[in-house]
Amino acid sequence: MKLKSTRDGYGEALLKLGNENPDVVVLTADLGESTRSHWFKEKFPERFFQIGVAEADMIGTAAGLALSGKIAFVSGFGVFVTGRVWDQLRISVAYSNANVKIGSTHCGITVGADGASHQAIEDIALMRVLPGFTVIVPADALEATRATVAASKIYGPVYLRLGRAPLPIVTEEAEVFTIGKAQLLKEGDDLTVIACGVMVKESLEAAKVLKEKGISARVINLHTIKPIDRKSIINAAKETGAIITAEEHQVMGGMGSAVAEVVMEEYPVPMKRIGILDRFGQSGKPDELMKEYHLTADDIVLEAANILKRK
Amino acid sequence: MNIEELQKICLEVRRDIIRMLGEAGSGHPGGSLSAVELVVSLYFSVMRQKPQKPDWEDRDRFVLSKGHCCPLLYAVLARCGYFPLEKLLTLRKLGSPLQGHPHNLEVPGIEASTGSLGQGLSIANGIALAGRLDKKSYRVYCLLGDGETDEGQIWEAAMTANHYHLDNLCAIVDRNRLQIDGETKNIMQLEPYNEKWEAFGWKVIEIDGNNLKEISEAYAQAENIKGKPAVIIAHTIKGKGVSYMENRVEWHGKAPKKEEEEKALKELR
Repeated sequence: MKLKSTRDGYGEALLKLGNENPDVVVLTADLGESTRSHWFKEKFPERFFQIGVAEADMIGTAAGLALSGKIAFVSGFGVFVTGRVWDQLRISVAYSNANVKIGSTHCGITVGADGASHQAIEDIALMRVLPGFTVIVPADALEATRATVAASKIYGPVYLRLGRAPLPIVTEEAEVFTIGKAQLLKEGDDLTVIACGVMVKESLEAAKVLKEKGISARVINLHTIKPIDRKSIINAAKETGAIITAEEHQVMGGMGSAVAEVVMEEYPVPMKRIGILDRFGQSGKPDELMKEYHLTADDIVLEAANILKRK
Repeated sequence: MNIEELQKICLEVRRDIIRMLGEAGSGHPGGSLSAVELVVSLYFSVMRQKPQKPDWEDRDRFVLSKGHCCPLLYAVLARCGYFPLEKLLTLRKLGSPLQGHPHNLEVPGIEASTGSLGQGLSIANGIALAGRLDKKSYRVYCLLGDGETDEGQIWEAAMTANHYHLDNLCAIVDRNRLQIDGETKNIMQLEPYNEKWEAFGWKVIEIDGNNLKEISEAYAQAENIKGKPAVIIAHTIKGKGVSYMENRVEWHGKAPKKEEEEKALKELR
């Protein structure tokens, strides 16, 4: 199977948008190639702004461009375009309701060898608490392209969580991407696995294994963390009676927490959140790290057996 | 508008600021009063604007980076006709558009929300870049506090403005030499200050920032500079116009009590 990273999907979308919409501008802080925004630069140099290693200034500059009618895509590593500039995102972007889109690459531990300093594993939590921000986590390169295009078509701040690691394609080419509408990937009755990003692939693999064991698992790709698809979550709780969430992110405050908030308020059922347990990442190969941090299909299978005992 | 007319407006704006803060019971008089001439001059004789059409795309833009001095900006906007003067006395009250720090979605004429220091110059850069992309002739003005320039982001933005040769941008530093905790030289040494801006590639224009004639000449000079951004280092008196507030650090961020308000309004005639 051909592998492709979500950052590649983002870079391709920027190129497409550059052709279609003269208001699209792109900024980076010395990470043009790594974020794939340099593809846009080569084609549309006058609409590409290199800001140097100055992320705070980049966010403010993007806000100024956006407040002047541009659709400003900021491209950087997850750690540097969220926590490092959170106050700029809060006041210059969110509070000003500037039409800024954050193309946040190198999220999660699948960054690999660069280690903890470069692995964003708190970004979903940081971004979903900012009023007005839409938070999207594409599951593959195709979805990243669709999500980036969709982000350009709504007014307001959007956070796009992207990765460095090449991934298999798990969505269909012809899929329509609707912000805020979760994607049902597999029907099931015994429990639901709600996943985002790289964990969608792991969840689909887990569902196969579970099927062999006679367990029918529903799999939902919750690509939009905010606004969250309450209906899909409530239906999953009602119809399957148990929910596992899986994300390449801290469990505290992340996608699983967002799901738990809905389940707790609307229809409490047994839940288990799979994610990173209050640790930093570290250097290693992506697949080694996924094992070390218990973010594999096997871990989902294990938790499925556990959660069924609690139903 | 001539100097005498501008002086009259400055006096009215100073009275507005005192009344607003008195009514609100909190706010920042010192840095609002120090920059009155700088902002009145901009709005009443420099900037192209249509108060009845605040989103007019060819308007000149003003970004108040030192957001805590919004009582000044609110008073000027009201006196320009962006919103009714009566609104001024709702400053800092529940439900008022006149928030304690400026919010662009609430007040016509406010370009960006500010209040967290150090962010406005980057926003001004972005607006200036957009103007150039759109082949617009509008100019962008950004008012900074001198204490605010302790923030690292200001110097990131200063580099960007130079890198992109933003000659449609003019920064103004309200150099009143006081910040919350004391004199700027004791809190964080800014000197050599003009040299810093020059080293960052800016044209520096140094003036008495409470002198309307010097201010008017500085804005004209800034507009004629090509190929680089301009910064006006405006030496001002913090609390200017109210004797007991002038050069007094304790008036950075507190409102006058009733009798203090009356005393100030008596002086401002």
